[in-house]
Amino acid sequence: MEHIPILRMGDFLLVTIQVDMHDQMALKLQDDLSNAIQKNASKGVLLDISTLEMVDSFIGRMVADISGMGRILGAETVLVGMQPAVAITLVELGLALPGVATALNVERGMALLRRKIDGAGSDADSTTG
Amino acid sequence: MLTAPQGEAPLRSEHDVVLARQTVRKLTQQLGFSLVDQTKMVTAASELARNALIYGGGGTLHWQIVEREARRGLRLLFADEGPGIPNMDLAMTDGWTSGKGLGMGLTGARRLVNEFEIDSKVGAGTRVTIARWK
Repeated sequence: MEHIPILRMGDFLLVTIQVDMHDQMALKLQDDLSNAIQKNASKGVLLDISTLEMVDSFIGRMVADISGMGRILGAETVLVGMQPAVAITLVELGLALPGVATALNVERGMALLRRKIDGAGSDADSTTG
Repeated sequence: MLTAPQGEAPLRSEHDVVLARQTVRKLTQQLGFSLVDQTKMVTAASELARNALIYGGGGTLHWQIVEREARRGLRLLFADEGPGIPNMDLAMTDGWTSGKGLGMGLTGARRLVNEFEIDSKVGAGTRVTIARWK
């Protein structure tokens, strides 16, 4: 079966979704990613959906679940690259993805992850987040 | 150009749901829908195709290019012969689900289109018709 590759970059994992996923693929990604977070003790996940032309409630839920699951395993998730038409549709559909951190592109997402992780590491700076 | 003003596609597997999305994308592109309108129609189709598969045990997508007062649009019918929806009010409530979903499929799809009609008979199946105009 087709699967979505997970790349390790230091403390982070990078996932770029480039295919029109069917539901089982989305569930498998969730599984693979939780295993990868644990195996690599990853601190952050970048989920790049810049090539996705549609996010429906199933994929939306997968994104929210990955973010929640990652947090429990000690990794912050940042969703990057959502196309404007997808964002408009998703909100109208009724999914605003509360609790999911987002950034415009991979570069900004990486910076955001860095800040989140550094912020969590220092007691002095407890207001970020 | 459009090869035919109407057609149909099976909704028997998850792969069929992906193919249905691609068919709807192509049709809305051919009709000249804006990118946002294309995305809305494709997303609504994805929700309803998945419903037909998961709750209806599979079904068929019927599509039709429609014209009204010089406006063109796309009409989609998702038909299944599943168990039907016993409580329509509940089914059309945001966040309610009989399965494992988010409960946003039907209500969300309705918000994404210009026309939405649902007809369900317990024991006979469910038919959802949506349309979006250019």
